[in-house]
Amino acid sequence: MSTTIDDPRVIEFDVRTDEMLVNMGPQHPSTHGVLRLVLRTDGEVVSEVTPHIGYLHRCAEKIGENLTPRQWIPYTDRMDYLAGMNMNLGWSLTVEKLLQYEPPEKGRHLRVIITELGRIASHLVGMGAYGLDLGSFSPFLYAFREREKILDLFEEVCGARLTYSYLTVGGATADLPAGWLQKCAKFLDQFEPIIAEYHTLLTSNAIFIKRTAGIGVMSPAMAIDYGTSGPVLRGSGVDHDLRRDGEEIYTSMYEGYAFEVIVEKDGHYPRDHQYPTVPQEAVLGDCWHRFYVRMLEVMQSIDLVRQGIEHYRTATGSHGQPLKLNQKLPPGEVYLETEAPRGQMGFYLVSDGGTIPWRARARSSCFCNLAVTGPLCAGCLIADVPAVVGSLDIVMGEIDR
Amino acid sequence: MSEPALLTQLQQKFGDKIAGSNLENIDPWIEITPAGIVEVCQHLRQEPSLAMDYLNSITAVDYLHTDEKKAARANWQPHLEVVYHLSSMRHKHSLVLKVHLPRWQDDQVGQLPPLPSVSHIWSTANWHEREVYDLLGIQFTGHPDLRRILCPEDWIGHPLRKDYQMPQEYHGIRAK
Repeated sequence: MSTTIDDPRVIEFDVRTDEMLVNMGPQHPSTHGVLRLVLRTDGEVVSEVTPHIGYLHRCAEKIGENLTPRQWIPYTDRMDYLAGMNMNLGWSLTVEKLLQYEPPEKGRHLRVIITELGRIASHLVGMGAYGLDLGSFSPFLYAFREREKILDLFEEVCGARLTYSYLTVGGATADLPAGWLQKCAKFLDQFEPIIAEYHTLLTSNAIFIKRTAGIGVMSPAMAIDYGTSGPVLRGSGVDHDLRRDGEEIYTSMYEGYAFEVIVEKDGHYPRDHQYPTVPQEAVLGDCWHRFYVRMLEVMQSIDLVRQGIEHYRTATGSHGQPLKLNQKLPPGEVYLETEAPRGQMGFYLVSDGGTIPWRARARSSCFCNLAVTGPLCAGCLIADVPAVVGSLDIVMGEIDR
Repeated sequence: MSEPALLTQLQQKFGDKIAGSNLENIDPWIEITPAGIVEVCQHLRQEPSLAMDYLNSITAVDYLHTDEKKAARANWQPHLEVVYHLSSMRHKHSLVLKVHLPRWQDDQVGQLPPLPSVSHIWSTANWHEREVYDLLGIQFTGHPDLRRILCPEDWIGHPLRKDYQMPQEYHGIRAK
């Protein structure tokens, strides 16, 4: 082949600018589990993203048709394994809705304390892993340092650190141990000032803002159309939180609690605490806002746990009586969604009057949140794909079930 | 709007496309015929007083007793039910729709029953219908990309059907 070019214009035709299909995953460290994304790229620009899921499918719904409701509780733990407590609660409330059962006062406040702690633990992983996605390792270690203390508290309550099966149909499997509330209150006092460190590390970090602000912008209409929920929906400015707007059986749990839904309203977020200001580059609905909502919810959950401790101390009744394992369910069908850390986790239960549900279905919040990746990533750079996927804070165990 | 009032309104507008209802259940539901589902859904989404802009979930339930004794006692014929859970962000209300389908089209085992897709009304429906197709075997007509989503592409059968048999092996891996 000759190395000289007679006509310099020819060289332009030698550069191949074809589209290329690139596999991201299923073993990519920044895909939060076994998620495979097929990117259609032209140079650095991504024109199409196709998620392939199902690598962690464990037939949870089929198993649910063969077990009694309380026996299925451990399987709900393993769906969203970063927020097991919240998943236990979702299924328990669904069965209680069918049974038309109301847990005692003390059990209600216990549930608020436990699930809001679960939300903090889950958002800490979300925050740490997001830092990891964007190439900063330290926030992950900071987040796990604090999450560890919550896991210690959970371990003391039920013996498990990840798959709790603690909240169950009828209440909780056991009451809080003696002295636990003091330990929990002490943890909150120690944890609250640390949040400022997280904000310095990520939220108001110039590099972090460059990587997330204005990336993957989702309009409120699109967020609703795709059925997104949780911080992903509120990050787009949609004022919707099931703890306030959900069904009565769920909202009654938060009766007597004061909290504001974390969403940008009239151009500003709630001002109940000192938060870092929104940078100028950030656009409502971008990765930065989704992350910010999550961080603010950590603060909100601290407030809720504190209120829960106060309520629990004066509450009457017990922690509840777990349902008998062979209890017959009334015929009928119910659907209930609760506000899990990652969004609206729904359970659908059909009963034919036996002890075992005819159909048990889990509507995964991440499943809907992930479906939006394709349209969000179209037109962005390859390096922005992990930033967008990470901002959705997905857990594959819940998506694949 | 209360459920009975909504039902009357829908019955007046759509006539026999409303196949039935159960307002006594904890979550009351309205049954739509397969042919009417797209039209009714479009109305529910566009009508300002309803504004069902949020599709929570689409799922299906297989009604079949594999045990003959139980089948003889059942008060229903074997069928599939597709269940739509809708809600409105604006009005904060919700609604359940159902569609009854035969388990197999024209009683021919292996012929999946068709149902018009609603994925052009709510984008959520795209993945949810793929899941229902994958796990329960319902052919959504007009769906832009009806592929399996949770099971591998070459999987045989629809696992959430009550008569599903687990395969003996899959690509040389013993499954039983």
